[in-house]
Parts: sequence; C-alpha cells; structure tokens
Amino acid sequence: MYWEQEYECMTRDDLQQLQLERLQSTLFRVATHVPFYRQKFKELGIDPDGFRSLDELRTLPFTTKQDLRDNYPYGLFAVPLRDIVRVHASSGTTGQATVVGYTANDIKRWSNMVARVLTAAGVTKDDVVQIAFGYGMFTGGFGLHYGAERVGASVIPISSGNTKRQIQIMQDFRTTALVCTPSYALLLADAMEEMHINLSALCLKFGLFGGEPWSEAMRAEIQNRLNIIATDNYGLSEVMGPGVAGECRERHGLHINEDHFLIEVINPETLEPVAPGEIGELVITTLTKEAFPVIRYRTRDLTRLIPEPCPCGRTLTRMERVLGRSDDMLIIKGVNVYPSQIEAVLFEIEGTKPHYQIVVERDGRLDKITVLVEVIESIFFDEMKKQRQLIDEIKRRLASELGIGVEVKLVEEKSLERSEGKAKRVIDKRKL
Amino acid sequence: MLRIKNLEAGYGKLRVLKRISLHVNPGEIVTLIGANGAGKTTLLATITGLIRAIAGEIQLKGENIERLAAEKIVARGCSLVPEGRQVFATMSVRENLVLGGYVQYRSKGYDLTAELDKIYALFPVLAERQEQLAGTLSGGEQQMLAMGRALMAKPSLIMLDEPSTGLAPLIVKNIFQIITRLRDEGNTVLLIEQNAKAALQIADRGYVMETGKIIVEGAADELLANKDVQRAYLGRDVE
Repeated sequence: MYWEQEYECMTRDDLQQLQLERLQSTLFRVATHVPFYRQKFKELGIDPDGFRSLDELRTLPFTTKQDLRDNYPYGLFAVPLRDIVRVHASSGTTGQATVVGYTANDIKRWSNMVARVLTAAGVTKDDVVQIAFGYGMFTGGFGLHYGAERVGASVIPISSGNTKRQIQIMQDFRTTALVCTPSYALLLADAMEEMHINLSALCLKFGLFGGEPWSEAMRAEIQNRLNIIATDNYGLSEVMGPGVAGECRERHGLHINEDHFLIEVINPETLEPVAPGEIGELVITTLTKEAFPVIRYRTRDLTRLIPEPCPCGRTLTRMERVLGRSDDMLIIKGVNVYPSQIEAVLFEIEGTKPHYQIVVERDGRLDKITVLVEVIESIFFDEMKKQRQLIDEIKRRLASELGIGVEVKLVEEKSLERSEGKAKRVIDKRKL
Repeated sequence: MLRIKNLEAGYGKLRVLKRISLHVNPGEIVTLIGANGAGKTTLLATITGLIRAIAGEIQLKGENIERLAAEKIVARGCSLVPEGRQVFATMSVRENLVLGGYVQYRSKGYDLTAELDKIYALFPVLAERQEQLAGTLSGGEQQMLAMGRALMAKPSLIMLDEPSTGLAPLIVKNIFQIITRLRDEGNTVLLIEQNAKAALQIADRGYVMETGKIIVEGAADELLANKDVQRAYLGRDVE
C-alpha cells in the first residue's frame, strides 16, 4: 500500500530532476527572504542562482543547532509571521529550545508525509490510533496526529504519561495502532504484565515508534511482548518533525521522503561525505518548506544509507535506524563508544532486562565506565556463582564489542528510573 | 515528457532566461505563471526552437532537442499554440487545420479526413465555419482554431501561450474546459498564463516565474494557497 505512489515509487532520474528544481527555488527563496543565509552566501561568495547540479550542494555552508539558537525565536523564518499558522519548539533534549514555524501549506505537506509513513507501516482508515507522544510544543504528537487524520484513521490524542490510563483506554477504545517512543512501549508492556492483563485480548496490531534510538533486539522484544508489528519512524522538528522517514512492512530501514528532503551522510569530524553505505552524520536540506527552510542542517544523528532497492517497491532511499547521536558519542579512554552498541550486546544476553544505564566516571585520571543492568529477579535467588558468571559474560562480550573494559553491576528489576518520554541512558559524572 | 535543466536563453546580449529547470510528466497540465516580462514567452520560443538556448538542456521524451530546428521539433511531437492565435487570416478554417496537419501528412502521406473530424467533434463551431475565412472568426473561435491547428500535428506535448488573452470571461471558461478535456483524453499540456487563478484551477502542477527565474514549484492547489503567489499574481493581499 502506498499513500502517494507517484512520488514514493518514482524513478531516480525523475526524482533528481524534481530535487534540482526544488533546490534551485529553495536557494532563491532563502537568499531572498532569510538574512542569515543571504549574509552567509555573501561571505562565502556563493551565487544562489549559480547552482546547476545536486552535487554542488557540497559547496554550501552547514546550518547547526547553534545557528537556530542564535536566531531565536523567529530569525530564520522565510515568511512574515502573518503567514505562519503554527509554531513548534524542539524538545530541547540537549540545551535551549529552538523555534520552528509552519505555513498552511507546510502543515498540509507534513500531514501527507506522515500519512505516507503510517500507510507504509500498515495503518489504514480502519485503524484506531493511540498517540502517546507528548502534544504541545514537541512536534511528535501533532505531527502523527495530523498524519493519522489525513489517512482517515480514528485518532486518540491521549498524549504521553499516565500509564494506567493509557492501558485502560487501549483496552476500552480497542486501539489498533500505538504511537510512542520504543522505551515507553516496553514500559507499557511491563505495566500490563504487572496488572495481569491478557495481552492477546488487546486489539493492538501496529506500533509506530520514534523519538529515540533503539535496537533490533528491542524491536523483537516489543513485537513479541505486545504481539504487534513494530516499525521505526524518524524526524526532527528542525527540518519538520516526524515524517522525514519511515519503515515499510519489510522493516529493514526507513524510506526517506526524498522529494521533500535532500539527504547527505558526512563524517562528523572531517565534514566530508562518507563512502556510500558507510555510517556517518545525517545532513538534511529541505526542498519544499515555505516557513522554515534549512540548508544542510546537521542533525547529529548517526546512520547509514541502504543502497539496495527495497522489495516493497518504493524507490525512496532507505536509511538505517538511527544508531545514536554524534554528540552522544562517549569518548572513553580515547575510544568512541555509542550507547546503542552496549544496548545491542545486552539484548543478546539471556537473563537481562532491556533497561540499563551507563555511568561514566573519572577515577583519578582514568575514565571508568559502569553499566548497570536490570536482571530477572530469580538470578538473585541463585547461587553467587551464577551471578558471577553472568557478570563475566556481559563484561567479556562488551569488551569484545567496544574494545575497552567496562564494569558491570546487576540491579534488581525496576530499580532504574523509567521515563515516559525519551529514555536517559547515559550519566556522565566526569568533570572535564 | 518534457524535461528542462538549467536553461539559459535571450536576445543578443540580453539574457532573459536565467537557469530554468522544469519538467512536465505525461498526462499532466502544468502551468507556468508570472507577470509581464518574466520570460514566459521566451521560454516557449526556446523550447520550440525559435530562439537558440545559450546553455542548458531541453529533453522531449528523453531526447535532447535544444539543437534541433523548429520544424524538426514539431515533427518530434511538440506543438505550440502561439500568443494572439496567429491564424492565417486569409485562408479558410479548413485550410488552416490542414496546414496544421502538414507534418503528419508529409511523413505518413495519408488522408487527413479522420483527423479533421476529430477536431470538428472537439470544436463543433469550426465544423460549422469550415469554409469561412479565418480572419472573419471571433477571438474565441480563432483561439479554438489555433488549438485545433496545433492538435492536427498529433502532438505528444501541446503548449499554449496565453490562450485567455483578450477573450470574454465566458469564452475563457469554455477554452479552459477544453484544455481540461484534452488532458483527460491523455494529452500533455504546458499552459502559460497571466490569469494565474484560472490556470491554477485546472492545472495539476505549476511553476511561478519572476525575472527569468523559477521562484517556486508545486502542486496547483499549494500554489493557490501560497501567500507569496497570492500577493504577487492573484492580486489578493491577505487582510
């Protein structure tokens, strides 16, 4: 099932023509209407009318989160405020919030792109969609909400939090599709087990998860425990919100809406493009945004593009699920460590729970990393020997994955703090 | 169907088109709107080979045509309905149409009666007046004749330059209905218009041109709702 087949399945040749046309008019518009870009182009001697191929994108300057902060609140808007019909702010995961605006056309296109993602995941107008993303300034709730309405589904705008009520409504309203962060899906599963709810009596069929990095093992667990098809979707408020990319039923990478976004993957240190298929930082240029166009926005999200064609028939390139953030990267004893690597290892080990925390400390002059892992209760009743074996096993596998030694502590189930939004996995106690 | 990349063209030293990129998919009505002097007619003249491109590419059905002579381009399936109709005033309606079918006649050497009948079915008024001199027709009838003449070449792409100019609103409505019908019958249309609102109402997609540049591209309904387009071309400032 496609939402806009003529775009989702267009030939690369047609797509590149459309992207070139849209890039050319976007550059004209930012140079005319956004002083920040006009100034930047002038400083760098860039003629916005000089662009003749998509490859020339590389000569343009990057836009960073800091640029958005420096122009707080409305400095980067390309239309007067009276043309803006909606304002959102980024969730401020890392520092001060940034403000983005939308025209009526932007909202319409955004809804359509989310509708594509929902359709690709299997949602139709017959579904009841429970949106447990936060509403308000965060784009997650409203983005999915408008997309689901566009598809024609019945939308339950419950917003995040209040787990008991979420479960009650899921049962009573016969929710068929759940929209939230993957960690919240697991929290819901835990809570339902605690409440002795018969999961197979639920009507739930689909889960659409986004907002934070997760792993294949976490998907497997969510799918098994909630008995649903779990797909990943991706977006960030700085370029639009959810709907930038989403997985199809193949569940092997997220199709990027490339007719609206031009994608690059760069090495975050050299800023050069990585080889095709290599991991790097995602950089996005908007092609159709009216109110808030951005040129080469550095997302800080790490991923790689999947060059092979997808069996679902969509020709839009896929990106692998976000592996982490380039600024979440921990440098431990000079080695780059991503929390997602640790998560992947823990999921493969029998007896652990998918809740963990990474504590980084500085012991004298040496970095020390301790991983706190929740384990099933029965382990604590077993002999000490078994606990030791489990710790050794985790240590050994982490060391071989990361290339550095880590400390491991087992903790009781539910002793680590749960989050209703984005999970906080890393506690960095180092004072640098 | 039609794909233009980074096209530049002009007259003498004057560069009128500055890096135009656009495309028309098969079976679409695409409209190009813009104020007087934006370069719309120059663009059509460049596509049809009446003036030479300085730089860039024009592809028709995957084949580059920017170096071809005007008559070769018509033979490849791209017909123009020029601004101000430009019918042959001293020839009859029928003769005008037959001239339009010249390319078809010359290459295939067959009888044009069937083609003429199709045009008469589309424009019954032309059938009634087939022996009348074209110069004696009303403006609306001349527009229909110019469209019929272009269709006689059985084009894959039909380009119309300001078909609404100088016509009464009721006639304009009629002409636009016929354009919609052409699309519904599988034709591909590139429509150049100053009457932006009317053009966007029947088009699938549109481009807005300003001083030789495309400033925005999008679905026709999005352009109708675009505040910049409203201010500049629809003469409707909000509040």
